[in-house]
Amino acid sequence: MKAAWVVFLKEVMENLRDRRTVTNALLMAPLLGPLLFVGLTSIVISKELEKSEQALSVPVIGAEHAPNLVAFLGQNGVRVKPAIDNPEAAIIAQDVDMVLRIPAGYGEAWSAGRTAQVELLFDSSQRESGTPVARLRGVLSRYASQNSTMRLLARGLAPSVAMPLAVAERDQSTPQSRSGLLFAMLPYFLILSSFMGGMYLAIDTTAGERERQSLEPLFANPVTRSAILTGKLAATCTFAMASLALSVIAFGLAGPLIPSGKIGMVLDFGPTFAVTVLVMMLPLVLLASCLQTLIAAFAKSYREAQTYLSVLLLIPALPSMMLVVSPIKAKLWMYAVPLLSQHLAITRLVRAEGIEPAQLGLCLASGFVVALVAWAVTARVYRSERLAISG
Amino acid sequence: MIEVTDLHKAFGSVKAVDGVTFAARDGEITGLLGPNGAGKTTTLRMLYTLMTPDRGAVRVDGIDAATHAHEVRRRLGVLPDSRGLYKRLTARENVEYFARLHGIDEGTIKARCDALIDALDMGDIAQRATEGFSQGQRVKTAIARALVHDPRNVILDEPTNGLDVMATRAMRKFLLRLRGEGRCVLFSSHIMQEVAALCDRIVVIAKGRVVAEGTADELRAQTGESNLEDAFVRIIGSEEGLAA
Repeated sequence: MKAAWVVFLKEVMENLRDRRTVTNALLMAPLLGPLLFVGLTSIVISKELEKSEQALSVPVIGAEHAPNLVAFLGQNGVRVKPAIDNPEAAIIAQDVDMVLRIPAGYGEAWSAGRTAQVELLFDSSQRESGTPVARLRGVLSRYASQNSTMRLLARGLAPSVAMPLAVAERDQSTPQSRSGLLFAMLPYFLILSSFMGGMYLAIDTTAGERERQSLEPLFANPVTRSAILTGKLAATCTFAMASLALSVIAFGLAGPLIPSGKIGMVLDFGPTFAVTVLVMMLPLVLLASCLQTLIAAFAKSYREAQTYLSVLLLIPALPSMMLVVSPIKAKLWMYAVPLLSQHLAITRLVRAEGIEPAQLGLCLASGFVVALVAWAVTARVYRSERLAISG
Repeated sequence: MIEVTDLHKAFGSVKAVDGVTFAARDGEITGLLGPNGAGKTTTLRMLYTLMTPDRGAVRVDGIDAATHAHEVRRRLGVLPDSRGLYKRLTARENVEYFARLHGIDEGTIKARCDALIDALDMGDIAQRATEGFSQGQRVKTAIARALVHDPRNVILDEPTNGLDVMATRAMRKFLLRLRGEGRCVLFSSHIMQEVAALCDRIVVIAKGRVVAEGTADELRAQTGESNLEDAFVRIIGSEEGLAA
């Protein structure tokens, strides 16, 4: 055990002297996630705010045929713009989100009590235009129902005659749940910082040491290889956890900069979040360090190891992508799957929903079991004769 | 004292070591001479337990390497074929690291480091990071690292490889000093001059086998050649891979 401690101290000291490792593990890795998250979130939120508060500008063709309708639009926050030529082309070119066209026969049909028609031109494949189109449609249907009520009343009929069924919509979504994409990315940013933090040590302590031909003299010492591996893994985990801790702190500092309150969204990056995330990530960090060391042990050179491990960095993105493409209901067993469990739990925590002891326990227990298996496999590879031989 | 009995090691179908037997005694320098690819490095790797022999036994001071690898490693000072240093550590820190892995206490580490730095004439480089060291400075550091636990037996794989004339002379003097201290010194080389100048006993290896063994005089007498170089060529059966 003392030998493992000696190896650990030496690896930590040696890597702290390496500017590239320190920059990547303790500066880039922890800051990348918070910067991206704050940037993206701010953009999304400000866009959302812009859309709901801004007056709708709609070019109206044939406004002279329906002065009452146009006046009603004006009273309901729609800024009526002059007609434009070739509205179809303008919509496809995304010059305008939508165009309202009132045909010449509108006034005649209206006066005769027939159903008058207006045309709403838009492009449904433009996600951007979804909210404005829905808003305009709402204003138009309010105008229609107002007038139908008046016509019925004028004929002495109850308005309910023409409305046998009313659908009252009660949207239970919260700003939190509507920002699904953002929340799906957040755990990835945190997990990524820990993977990146340990990566350079995993490479340096195995593939790097072999490439520099210092592994063979090291193994000639009267120390078991598993003790050497333990020291190296401990150093790798320490850098990974340091990177993660810095990242969590950065999120804590950057959190208040996100204007989440304006759309009623709760983001909790407080101390409880920080501590729980660090505890929960322990098994995953150990697992990642073992896997990184294992892969680096098979690589022929430092560069080769770097290439393989860059691919490994993409794996923690899988749960994020999966949950964005097909959102699933979190079940208890999912907390037994490493990576997925951290992902789900971090999402709950940042929404300030809290995490149950059973979920946390399952996450830690299964995480450590899988990590220990990975450790055992790595130790086996470390005992192989070929490991030390360079070239 | 290092005793090797009937060592075998194959990599796939290639028999790298095919029945090597010899002994290296205390207070003597034993040279392992052979052309490149004769199996010298593989033999030494089995001695310091980096590799496990397919067959045969290694005993160091009477201790079996197969069953007591740690005890054997404790009694060996090894300068392996690959002698990489940690370039972000100073020469002294490199030596201290290995001393700590041997479990030596800090007071002894300091005394041993001072003594080795003095003996190897490393005073000017001890506090420098080893990045950018010359080949000679690197070998000195690697030797200090190998000897910091004061081993009775010293194994060196091609110790003068890549050294200039001055460094080679210093190395030879150092090997003689180790012999004077009563240690068992075993080194491999493909350079005849060196082996002839230093060794009390010579073990000639070719194609994974011991083809001759004895003092320089014995080898000359054995082959009937008055010139040692001719004697070696006759023993090995070809001039390939040997340097004068």
